Amino acid sequence: MRTLIRSAAALAAAGLTLTPTAAGAAPTPSPGAATVTKAGTSFLTATTITPGQPVRVGASTGDHLYWSFRAEAGEVHEVTATVSFGGRARTGPSTWTVDVFDGLRRRQACTAGAQTPTAAATATAVTLGCTLRRVRPWAEPWSGDPLPGTYYLRLSVTDLPEPDLGLPVEVDLLVGADTGGGGSGDDGELAAPLVANTRAGTVLTAEPAPEPVAEEDAGLTGWLPEPGSRWVWTGAGGVLAAVAGVLGFALTRRPRRP
Amino acid sequence: MINKRRSAAVLIGLLTATALIGPPPAAADDETPEPPAEPPKVELVLDVSGSMRARDIDGRSRISVAQQAFNEVVDALPDETQLGIRVLGATYRGEDKKQGCRDTQQILPVGPVDRTQAKAAVATLRPTGFTPVGLALRSAAQDLGTGSTARRIVLITDGEDTCAPPDPCQVARELAAQGTRLVVDTLGLAPDEKVRRQLLCIAAATGGTYTAAQSADELTGRIKQLVDRARDTYTATPTVVGGSAGCDGAPLLAPGVYTDREAFAEHRWYRVPVHPGQELRASVSVALDRPVNPDYGVLLRATAPDGRELVRGVDAGSGRTDAVSAGLRWSAAEEESPEPAPTGTQPARTVCLVVSNSFAPRPGTQVTPGMPVELTVDVVAASPAPDGPDLGRGWALLLLLTLAGLVTGLVAGLLTRWWVATWREN
Repeated sequence: MRTLIRSAAALAAAGLTLTPTAAGAAPTPSPGAATVTKAGTSFLTATTITPGQPVRVGASTGDHLYWSFRAEAGEVHEVTATVSFGGRARTGPSTWTVDVFDGLRRRQACTAGAQTPTAAATATAVTLGCTLRRVRPWAEPWSGDPLPGTYYLRLSVTDLPEPDLGLPVEVDLLVGADTGGGGSGDDGELAAPLVANTRAGTVLTAEPAPEPVAEEDAGLTGWLPEPGSRWVWTGAGGVLAAVAGVLGFALTRRPRRP
Repeated sequence: MINKRRSAAVLIGLLTATALIGPPPAAADDETPEPPAEPPKVELVLDVSGSMRARDIDGRSRISVAQQAFNEVVDALPDETQLGIRVLGATYRGEDKKQGCRDTQQILPVGPVDRTQAKAAVATLRPTGFTPVGLALRSAAQDLGTGSTARRIVLITDGEDTCAPPDPCQVARELAAQGTRLVVDTLGLAPDEKVRRQLLCIAAATGGTYTAAQSADELTGRIKQLVDRARDTYTATPTVVGGSAGCDGAPLLAPGVYTDREAFAEHRWYRVPVHPGQELRASVSVALDRPVNPDYGVLLRATAPDGRELVRGVDAGSGRTDAVSAGLRWSAAEEESPEPAPTGTQPARTVCLVVSNSFAPRPGTQVTPGMPVELTVDVVAASPAPDGPDLGRGWALLLLLTLAGLVTGLVAGLLTRWWVATWREN
């Protein structure tokens, strides 16, 4: 019995470790994805890209380049960027950075990658990288955890000798999304993804009228658990356990004589 | 229990509603809000002063390189883009500075482009006079007119402004502070240090870019890129709003994007009505359009009308950057929501938003007008905390339960067998 439990625990542990980890190889472009040759210059004008879509854009040293992409719960994103200097003589070392913001323009942490590398004056290129945290399906409003929605990337140079500003550079960028590893075990769901409202606003002249209290609809469909919820998983586990129990019981019986 | 049931029902209702109609803000992200009546408008401002004669770009004169670049840009111009061309220093040959500094003309009015006419106008340009950059910028802004969409000026010059005042950077800052969104991108042809500083200042003041063009290809490619960018991004223009110094009487904002100006150490207040069951989302970016000390921060706070802080978003940094931004989410906690009025209605709560910054001006930095602030406000359905019993999920759970069932079955079977055997013996 003890060995059985041990082997069960070992199997469960093996099942857990078999799930792919986020620290995989560098992202590769999706086959057939069109290369994006544009970049925005602010949060509002950020160029939309999709994970796996390569970006190649010419720019000037000192430009702040913005892209945005959509993220879903459970994904881990990895950003890699290369800035090529094209052999132009520069007067000193330059520090580059790739900043990541969520849909509310809150700074997101990188768990791995060279987020702010410094390129020597003689370097021909500099590589930047940032692996983001796994996107959670729900988080408290007061937390800064990564949530589904828009993510903004900003590539810029943060420190350099002033005479080097304006020199042409070539920027290659790729966002990879790793959906492996399944959910993070979190419950809950965000009612609306963190996507910035980009419409021009209107200043209200009066307080809005009180809203009628919403009538609650207690239909049957509201009580059915969603597929993939803990109710379904646990219920299925109970059924499996019962079947396995009957099987185990049957195994101990003597084979019936004809 | 009733509360829990109610909240669960509300949550599920919200989720199904979201699934049925789709996330509304996502739609706003993918499509332009409403087709704007205006086409994108760009004006190229070309310096035709005497120094453009210098033959130092691939062995050709600066003006001939610029002319070739203009021809290629006009050929590749997107159909809907309205292009104008203004020159400075093109006609006055004399030495009188006063007269030379008024020398700027629009040689192609902003409008649908007649390619032959545009090329002919550019071909006749000969390097001549002074460099009144400030005046040319002001006139170019007038050429582009006012409207709801962003306008773009591409300034191509090889020398510093010889006509200040008006200082071109000062002019750029004034133009940016006016109601119309105006971006000035600058291109320096074989620039020296003074020109570079001036063009960098103009670009920073308006949120534009600076490029040092050192070959014909670079110049052409960059102008094409900027003209394309004007077409791609000109519709993204926020509403101008003026925040007040306190929560009382602050402007009441509906969801959307707003822009304002905030001086050093100033606080700007806004109000947002939030109904029960709704979540407030706000983000703010403060742009650094002037030289500031290298360490800085921005703080966005949401407070109740009585001054109690609800939540804050903060970000700080150091080094060269274009904007510092922070954001926050807030929704009323369940027990905090006000009791429904007897009439069956629930009034909206007013949440005050205050934007403050910790930028420090460098000596000599201009304080007014304030730095550009971009405020995004959104009110969406709240996402209540998930509440449910401690159940499990995942393949590991299924495996564990199955193994446990199997072990229990085996043990039960063995025990039964042993018991039956001993019972028979007895």
